[in-house]
Amino acid sequence: MLKSKVFMLKTKKGSIMKIVREHYLRDDIWCGFLACELCSHDDEKQLPVLELSPPTSSNLCPGSHYLIPDTNVLLHQIDVIEDKSVTNVIILQTVLQEVRHRSAPCYKRIKDCIDDPGKHFYVFVNEFHKDTYVERLPGESSNDRNDRAIRISVMWYGKHLALSDDSLRVVLLTDDVANREQAKQNGIHAFSMKDYVKSLGNASDLIDKLSTDENKVIDGKPLYPEHLPLSQIQEGIKNGKYMQGTFQASRENYLEAYVNIRDEEHQVFIQGHDYVNRAIQDDLVAIEMLPEDEWTCPSSWVLEDEEEKGDEEDIKEDEIVRTSTGKKSKIPSGRVVGIIKRNWRQYCGMLQKSVLKGSNRHLFVAAERRIPKIRIETRQADVLDGQRIVVVIDSWPRTSRYPQGHFVRKLGNIGDKDTENEVLLLEHDVPHSSFSGAVLKCLPSLPWIITDDDLTHRVDVRHLPICSVDPPGCTDIDDALHCIELSNGNYQVGVHIADVSHFIRPGTAIDKEAANRGTTVYLIDKRIDMVPELLSSNLCSLRSEEDRFAFTVIWEMTKDAKILSTLFHKSIIRSKAALTYAEAQLRIDDKSMKDDVTEGLRRLNSLAKILKKIRIRNGALTLASQEVRFHIDSETHDPIDVQTKELRETNSMVEEFMLLANISVAEKILDEFPDCALLRRHPAPPASNFEPLIRVAETRGFKIDVSCGKALADSLDAANIQENPYFNTMLRILTTRCMMQAVYFCSGMCAKSDFPHYGLATPIYTHFTSPIRRYSDVIVHRLLAVAISADATYPELLDKHRSQSICNNLNYRHRMAQYAGRASVVLHTQIFFKNRILDEQGYVLFVRKNALQVLIPKYGLEGTVYLMDANQQTMFTYNEEESTQTCGDVSLHMFDPVTVQISIDSTNIQHQKLCMKLIKPVIPNFSVNPCQNITEDQPPNKKLKN
Amino acid sequence: MASLDLLSDQGFRIDGRRPKELRKIQTKLGVFAQADGSAYIEQGNTKVLAAVYGPHEVRGGKSKVLHDKALLNCQYSMAVFSSGERKRRPRGDRKSMEMTQHLQQTFEAAILTHLYPKSQIDIFVEVLQSDGGNYCASVNAATLAVIDAGLPMKDYITACSASIVNDTPIVDINNFEESAGNLEILIAVLPKSSQIVFMEMNGKLHEDHLEKVIDMAMMGCSDVYDILDQSVRDHVSHLSSALCLNK
Ligand SMILES: [Zn+2]
Repeated sequence: MLKSKVFMLKTKKGSIMKIVREHYLRDDIWCGFLACELCSHDDEKQLPVLELSPPTSSNLCPGSHYLIPDTNVLLHQIDVIEDKSVTNVIILQTVLQEVRHRSAPCYKRIKDCIDDPGKHFYVFVNEFHKDTYVERLPGESSNDRNDRAIRISVMWYGKHLALSDDSLRVVLLTDDVANREQAKQNGIHAFSMKDYVKSLGNASDLIDKLSTDENKVIDGKPLYPEHLPLSQIQEGIKNGKYMQGTFQASRENYLEAYVNIRDEEHQVFIQGHDYVNRAIQDDLVAIEMLPEDEWTCPSSWVLEDEEEKGDEEDIKEDEIVRTSTGKKSKIPSGRVVGIIKRNWRQYCGMLQKSVLKGSNRHLFVAAERRIPKIRIETRQADVLDGQRIVVVIDSWPRTSRYPQGHFVRKLGNIGDKDTENEVLLLEHDVPHSSFSGAVLKCLPSLPWIITDDDLTHRVDVRHLPICSVDPPGCTDIDDALHCIELSNGNYQVGVHIADVSHFIRPGTAIDKEAANRGTTVYLIDKRIDMVPELLSSNLCSLRSEEDRFAFTVIWEMTKDAKILSTLFHKSIIRSKAALTYAEAQLRIDDKSMKDDVTEGLRRLNSLAKILKKIRIRNGALTLASQEVRFHIDSETHDPIDVQTKELRETNSMVEEFMLLANISVAEKILDEFPDCALLRRHPAPPASNFEPLIRVAETRGFKIDVSCGKALADSLDAANIQENPYFNTMLRILTTRCMMQAVYFCSGMCAKSDFPHYGLATPIYTHFTSPIRRYSDVIVHRLLAVAISADATYPELLDKHRSQSICNNLNYRHRMAQYAGRASVVLHTQIFFKNRILDEQGYVLFVRKNALQVLIPKYGLEGTVYLMDANQQTMFTYNEEESTQTCGDVSLHMFDPVTVQISIDSTNIQHQKLCMKLIKPVIPNFSVNPCQNITEDQPPNKKLKN
Repeated sequence: MASLDLLSDQGFRIDGRRPKELRKIQTKLGVFAQADGSAYIEQGNTKVLAAVYGPHEVRGGKSKVLHDKALLNCQYSMAVFSSGERKRRPRGDRKSMEMTQHLQQTFEAAILTHLYPKSQIDIFVEVLQSDGGNYCASVNAATLAVIDAGLPMKDYITACSASIVNDTPIVDINNFEESAGNLEILIAVLPKSSQIVFMEMNGKLHEDHLEKVIDMAMMGCSDVYDILDQSVRDHVSHLSSALCLNK
């Protein structure tokens, strides 16, 4: 059944090597057409296949036909290919390999299409088929060879299908004119993607998704300098003429940016149209340094690209920006000479309709400020106006002022909360589609019953006085606790964690989905679960008075919290009470309550206090960050009140035992799996991070010692000012910002000296206690289960490279989840302040050159009070040494209390922002009058309801 | 990730084979007139020549003589031009020595050496071209040469390799798969009784996968057996028809 053919490959790799590889050509490859009697195919593999008579609406090619796109069509027109109306496509192996080689994200999207049974995509392995394999001719480039291979396959298909059904056709889609010509000579139906899409009935939606032609020359003189070819860039980098780095655009000024030089810690400043030269946020660019006398510095000029400008208009802003720089201190500056790798993605934003009536060319404004406006062509501008839409960039020719892109899809009305949430999730790359059928199939069927087999493998602790303590409204309860007094006078403390790994088995669809999501994402009014709700809010949630599976840690402790023994086992528990922090606190405080649960809580509370003391003695940091809570109107779902979360003793009590459980588990799994334990570390920040903190403390006469965590904690404790009780909290907030990110890692991939967790001051740490909402904990559960012989291993669990790649994804997802959470707070703060103007007490967090950064503790809100007017005029004098702004006899320092007026500036609906104005201290001609906290008008929808 | 390359989603390996398919095997028995038995085998691009001498008197000192069985002497070597890079390979390099020893162990298990006490049997194996699975091709070639020499054996010995890519076991590993993957299991068996006479594993493998990979290698060995057996039968019938013609 094999036909063998040997071909030669010569590669040069140091010394000359002759590599001979075999290439088997086969006669058993199926064409994918179900009714074909010529090809052998095994029915056991249920591949998604081509439909017998594909639906068609094309007037270019009437009759049933299959599409065969070439590589460039797939790469550039993936948004069209992905559209649900595009079906019955044959993907050639040659094409698929090229796509994979050229763009990993695009390859992934095509794979998703192939895996979607509704799309009827079939992969034809033409390179191994005896009739479609093509050998490269002498002198033929590999591109030409591949184009020829594609044409041969299309021809083969044409003949092959005609033998079964002579009404069937195949159509080659290629945007390459020469290729199309060649194809026509060979008698192939070949069209460009654009022509084909246009020939389809009612396809205006699809036409918008067409990528603009990359090679289309737009008339007019070039507006930007040319980009250097890659070869020249590489040579320049090698001999030090150029440097490479990631392009980071400024949020304030669209003509300014920084490039973070790779492998070095410094940044290079870029300013002006021709120096930015079409680089876009996150691109990998090559830059050339400017001679020192041409260096500039950020202009502090806030500049937004407001009006649509024609390509022919000269770019004048450069001059404005440069001349406004003045004589301030210059910083290393450079210019972009070429793009090494574009990092374009899909952007959410809105349409800015062309001022010309009836024009099809409009601008798109991304929600992310650092993305330039994008020119798109659409005929449905009237529909899209006022909607959030998704757009991608296709190219940015030299002659075009804006990058060229195309419309992908619409999300919904601007300002609509669901739409805005969708934007937020998309912009933070949070997977949030509903769970697939394959995932839901992994769920246990209800009613869920505990079997005798379960009982033999688990310790039954349903008699223990276990309870859970969580924030109000929590439905995914992952942890519960108990504490009883033993006959020998010691305490038995138990932490019981939902046994999620019992339900999520390795390698299943639900496991893969959870591993990809990595974490549950909490927005203010929405939760995007990592696992389906049946698990998160029911079977895994340790609800009161219900039998649940748990993974238990049991310690025997003396009354002064010395651990005598640690034991792990899987168990069946029955929580006696699901309490909120407040309820638990009330029980502890209510002397009349003497039940088992309450007594247990009191013991836990006393132990937790000792544990905390020990931890702080070891140098653990108590840091402050602001967490806010919105009270959401139950009808309109608009926030009606904001407050910072209150911390009670019981919060700290639960936290102490979770920390203890995590540390105990970390020790156990590292002991058992020195090479592949999943742990969490928190690197000590470099001393330079602390500079602003040290400086500000010094102005108030305090010395902050940052030599180690313990010294830092002690010096923070010592820094208190009587008349400003919030001073210490402010210091801690600032300290938090000096910290590094804590990360997950695989123990075999990291030096032992890097294991410690700086913030918690523990030599080793992991996450074990929240498996419902964090995938890291699921892996840790599995490792621990193997360590105590409660479960079997599987290959991936013990592969340190795979573990590390899981960690990398988790770190990314956690960071994004955090950002998404913060963005959600900002969104809701804006909705909250929409119709309100409030005067609030705040503190100066930072003093900037042209503004004050103010923190409002009541809302955990941070805002900017601008000290300059639009003409860059200010009444203040800035002292950089001491970080003060002075006006007359009023001086503003960091951490000074101020009163500000908060409102929403909605002159730009895309970037609505919080606006803060100074009320106190009173500065004539600058500060505003207090407004007595009136709500200007009630939200209109509320009025209607009343 | 390199391991993804080794097996495509459509179920093809880098050279167009499916996971369960061997490379093309071609054999020729009796290629040398002066040896007592000889054979040449091609498994894909791996090409091996084997020659068998004996039984004959023990050479190199009386001390080596075994009184209850024949002394089995194996020699494994690789031709200078056998791999992509031209390299002088002295006969006694570590790799060849190791391979020699493996071959010796393998054939001790099958050749009925007790029938020839106080004598010596030589098996010489030379790899002419190497494209992965040198050990397996050497064993298979030597088996044919031993049969060609007419020496009694318990059974054929056939050898095959296997590995695993993305949880799918693959058989008969070529050079590319050998270097890109991180695991290889080599097995030599007596096919009729399915007894394993030699097994070696390079790289790391999770316990759960071990059985799958061994099964795959065993299946490969049995496929190799069918091919070798057929070639022996063809060779014999060719010989006998030649003899008939001579009459
Ligand atoms: Zn067919």
